[in-house]
Amino acid sequence: MTVFAAADQPTLADFGSDVWWIVLIKIVGIFGVLVLMTLFAIVFERKVVARMQQRIGPNRVGPRGYLQSLADGLKLAFKEDIMPALADKPVYFLAPVIATIPAFLAFSVIPLGPTVSIFGERTPLQLIDSPIGVLIVLACSAMGVYGIVLGGWASGSTYPLLGSLRSAAQMISYEIAMGLSIVAVFLYAGSMSTSEIVAAQADGTELSLFGLEFTGPSWFAVLLPVSFVIYVIAVVGETNRAPFDLPEAESELVGGFHTEYSSLKFALFFLAEYINIVTVSALAATLFLGGWRAPWPISIWDGANTGWWPLLWFFAKVVVALFVFVWLRGTLPRLRYDQFMSFGWKVLVPVGLVWILVVATLRAVARETDVDAGEMAVFVGVPIALVLLGGLLLASRMRNRDTRVAAREAAAGGPAPAEPQVLDARGRDRAAGGFPVPPMDLVVPPSPRLRGRESVGAGTVVGTGRRSSSTTPEETDDV
Amino acid sequence: MNVGHMGVVAAAADTGVVIGTGETIVFWVLAPVALAGALGMVLSRNAVHSALWLVATMLSLGVFYVVQEAPFLGAAQIIVYTGAIMILFLFVLMLVGRETSDSVVETLRGQRVAAIVLGIGFAGLVGAGVARGAEDLPVIGLAAVQDTAGGPAAGNVEAIAAVLYGRFVLAFEVTGALLIVAAVGALMLTHAEREPGVLRSQKERSRARFLTDRPQTLPGPGVYARANSIAAPGRLPDGGLAPSSFATGVEPVRVDELPRTGSVGAEREGLPHAGGTDAALGTIGGGTTGPVPGSGEGAPR
Repeated sequence: MTVFAAADQPTLADFGSDVWWIVLIKIVGIFGVLVLMTLFAIVFERKVVARMQQRIGPNRVGPRGYLQSLADGLKLAFKEDIMPALADKPVYFLAPVIATIPAFLAFSVIPLGPTVSIFGERTPLQLIDSPIGVLIVLACSAMGVYGIVLGGWASGSTYPLLGSLRSAAQMISYEIAMGLSIVAVFLYAGSMSTSEIVAAQADGTELSLFGLEFTGPSWFAVLLPVSFVIYVIAVVGETNRAPFDLPEAESELVGGFHTEYSSLKFALFFLAEYINIVTVSALAATLFLGGWRAPWPISIWDGANTGWWPLLWFFAKVVVALFVFVWLRGTLPRLRYDQFMSFGWKVLVPVGLVWILVVATLRAVARETDVDAGEMAVFVGVPIALVLLGGLLLASRMRNRDTRVAAREAAAGGPAPAEPQVLDARGRDRAAGGFPVPPMDLVVPPSPRLRGRESVGAGTVVGTGRRSSSTTPEETDDV
Repeated sequence: MNVGHMGVVAAAADTGVVIGTGETIVFWVLAPVALAGALGMVLSRNAVHSALWLVATMLSLGVFYVVQEAPFLGAAQIIVYTGAIMILFLFVLMLVGRETSDSVVETLRGQRVAAIVLGIGFAGLVGAGVARGAEDLPVIGLAAVQDTAGGPAAGNVEAIAAVLYGRFVLAFEVTGALLIVAAVGALMLTHAEREPGVLRSQKERSRARFLTDRPQTLPGPGVYARANSIAAPGRLPDGGLAPSSFATGVEPVRVDELPRTGSVGAEREGLPHAGGTDAALGTIGGGTTGPVPGSGEGAPR
């Protein structure tokens, strides 16, 4: 794939030659950006979910409540740190650290912008790139699993252990789907380096359709729709977010793997989770949404992809991706575990494999027949992808047909009884075939313990569970 | 690792055995870590700790690969070995249970000493052999090899691809077939053959349950002051044992009542609960003998 080398587009050769203080500035900058993005993402999520649930959300701390997560973070840091008696101490201590460090590391290969000038030094807005850039993100997310698995195991408690087992199985399964979805991008971009993948999405192919000349789409989200859909689904599972938040399903596992954690250790887990969300959002922007390059209407302006402006486009894309995460959480119910696993292994992975086959075949055919690869992608690849996605949609609707029809009939008042059923008022028959219910004229037999003292007369309220009246000294003797 | 540093190493490789400063530092920091990980893996008694030590060694090896100009190999090492295979190991170890530690009892006398001696001897032999064999080899560096393997100025990724899908494509395919055979074999051995349609879905089971007399769950065992186990069934309103709460394969046991009116021991004389539970609760004057709950005498007639 030709790299459309604009003046500001960094290439692999531009990396690794920075002065040490530029490297330091970039490291501190990325650290600051990630922490700020975490604080922002938490408030953003709470406010958006609140709107979706007809609430207002946090509105007390700071201007319009935007400092809420900062206050929560400070509070968390000053809370008591509890070490469970049964914990495996070194591992319990290490687990949150293992979860956090790879989360920060992964962001080092994300390109935030083109080559800019910092204090007179020309340098790309990216800490480092390498021929295997995207694999570094995958490796970091693979390491992040250890934090969660070990945290659950070291807590020495049942729910965390169950949560961490779930999370291990889940993250491995969905990492496979995620890796498969990225392969098609590698095939198209001809590289695994993040900056070159962004460069490959710089310009669309010139297409001519019925004599009409126009520039085709350049984003891989459009050219490789199946990959994009699989990636979006897989990263939700990979980051343990709703509707795939089974490792910390609060209705089943209390808090999941971090049930026993408190104070700063818990804060580290929380930080790692949100950084991972930001990282996969940034990776989605990089791989599929054109990276730091301006979206179409803005890209007409020549200066859009130069200087510091691309930071704005990049973070706008990241925030849109974050919004999708929140939207999913606010909309979808949590999946049952077996459904979740069979979806990953029986739907996402096979579809990903078939799609790679299609993409590789298209690439090979384009090369052999000397057809332009971009043209091939738009006129053959995208229709195949749409057929594939449409087929999946139809298949899922067919599977759920019975339930859907029954639900529609029930909503239309189909099989519901027209009149309320009146049960037989007396005798044991009322309970026949149904739930045991007390008869309407229940006479409570005298309690054997109260013989000779008192009995609860007929008509008194039954079953309040109080015995206060029975301790009164009056004798009634009406047994 | 940065690219500039690799360039330095590549330049250094041409001149002979000079190793860059960065590479030296990385080596002397991580080599002890890798060794300590290997020793810790053997020496720690907790299986999960062993696995973690091994992870440290594997990560160090991954970084070594990256430093020696094989970034793809390093990433594959970290993703495949530490990310997938060791996690599966951990998975199994965690299912075994966290309290499982190795026994320190030697079943064969002198086994440990013999193992240490033989291990050191073997390491010495292999080390000496490799050192002797590599003594006179000219050092050209990985970059030079990779340049020739995948065309001019090919990187690690292209070089590995060229070798894997060119010269060693047969070995690659055979290995793939071997792994698939292993996976299919494991599936065959663990798969229980079922007629299609025999295993009912959750929806079908739910419907079937609601067509029976008892859509709700069975009652659990009773919780008593003196017993709380599946062997102590629940009670019916008349005091009899509830057959539906019997546990399968466990003999139901009728739980003894608390003494009705004080214990026989004279030591409780004068204490507030001397009259038994009823006196303590104030529900009865004490000294009366009613039908014992659970005997069925108090059942409604």
